[in-house]
Amino acid sequence: MSYFRKVFAIVSKDLTTELRSRDMLSSMGAFAVLVIFVFAFAFDLRVEKAGRLEAAPGVLWLVITFAGMLGLNRSMAIEFDRASFDGLRLAPVDRSAIFVGKALGNFLFMSAIEIILLPMFVAFFNLPFFKPLILLSIVLGTIGFAGVGTLLAAMSASTRLRDVLLPILLLPVALPALLAAVKCTAGALDDAPIILWGNWLGLLAAYDLGLVGLSVLTFEYIVED
Amino acid sequence: MIHVTGLVKQFGPFVALRNLDFTVEAGEFVSLMGPNGAGKTTLLRILATLSRPTHGTISIAGHTLPKGADGARRQIGFLSHQPLLYGELSAEENLRFFARMYDVNGAERHIDALIDQVGLAERRHDRVRTFSRGMQQRLSIARVLLHDPRVVLLDEPFTGLDPDASDRLANTLRRLHDGQRAVVMSTHDLDRGLALSDRALLIARGRLAYTANRDELAASNFRETYSRVTGGE
Repeated sequence: MSYFRKVFAIVSKDLTTELRSRDMLSSMGAFAVLVIFVFAFAFDLRVEKAGRLEAAPGVLWLVITFAGMLGLNRSMAIEFDRASFDGLRLAPVDRSAIFVGKALGNFLFMSAIEIILLPMFVAFFNLPFFKPLILLSIVLGTIGFAGVGTLLAAMSASTRLRDVLLPILLLPVALPALLAAVKCTAGALDDAPIILWGNWLGLLAAYDLGLVGLSVLTFEYIVED
Repeated sequence: MIHVTGLVKQFGPFVALRNLDFTVEAGEFVSLMGPNGAGKTTLLRILATLSRPTHGTISIAGHTLPKGADGARRQIGFLSHQPLLYGELSAEENLRFFARMYDVNGAERHIDALIDQVGLAERRHDRVRTFSRGMQQRLSIARVLLHDPRVVLLDEPFTGLDPDASDRLANTLRRLHDGQRAVVMSTHDLDRGLALSDRALLIARGRLAYTANRDELAASNFRETYSRVTGGE
């Protein structure tokens, strides 16, 4: 019980901090809205034309990926501003509880942005994004991205090049999850039979289990001085 | 309480600590002195379990590191250069958060007492980012004492404080000298260090260069010894 109480305390601390500063959500939100506007006007995806169904999921995940990276960087930066991360490391807390708390917080922040994004996608691209399988793909993709992203953000946060380093480290590692998420979103959006794209959903679930599980196990060594 | 044997710390080819051996007993207040770059902060971070030694054995309150790090952490309070607090949380919220991390029983009562003790009762609901350096330092002391640690490690606690804040901090540190805890404090302030301590350890170029009991040396002699050992660094 103590483990989960500590995880909850870390999540609750991150939520309180963010609700007061609004640093993360405002930068993620502003970026996401701006990119949607740019794509909506550049490609005019409201109109029925070839490739629209293939392009829209790619645009969605592009926005989620880059907005997510802004959030991940900020989430670790608040830990290093007053060296408060050392305060956490000093406490008799299982390192995996710190990871789960931070990753869960990042998942919630990304989900909050996605809740704003999806209605905008429906409005701007005139496509039915509110389908259970699309929502499942977004949840699974976000778990993988936030989980691995938290580990790599912790790795890069203590370096001088943290803003540059995170995308360099994260994009190649998150690529399988992002590809699978795009394929799943496209398949569900197109109402294609699940047999045609179910493998991608399996890959996404396997990525979450494998890579996020590995992140939980290796976080201790990443934060070791 | 603290037993260090053959401690070596290397950062790549650079040797920060060279074969240190010392012991600090319960009830002892030890000052760690030496020029900048001597290895004081590195030593304190290793004792606080924030950094691993390259070689050597360390035991804190009966827990051998790194295996017993979790048990040791329950007994260690570490005051760093930085406040290790969250700027967007209030003083009270910061202490409540760390109380949860340390599983402190009766946390609310304890937090009230500590906030009073460090003189922040009127600012307890204010965000830490609005605090002065001295106030953050006082709140950090409260964070350090929150779980009633038996080993207290202080890394240059007087840095950046005005004379009033320094005096108030010195009074708080005197109260730590209660016969139960082992306190290790790094400082550049020789007079204050000697006034508070039972023993002074002088570190130069990563080596334990000199050890002196307070009774053995008058402050003026120690200053001479300090200059000789550190070569005026």
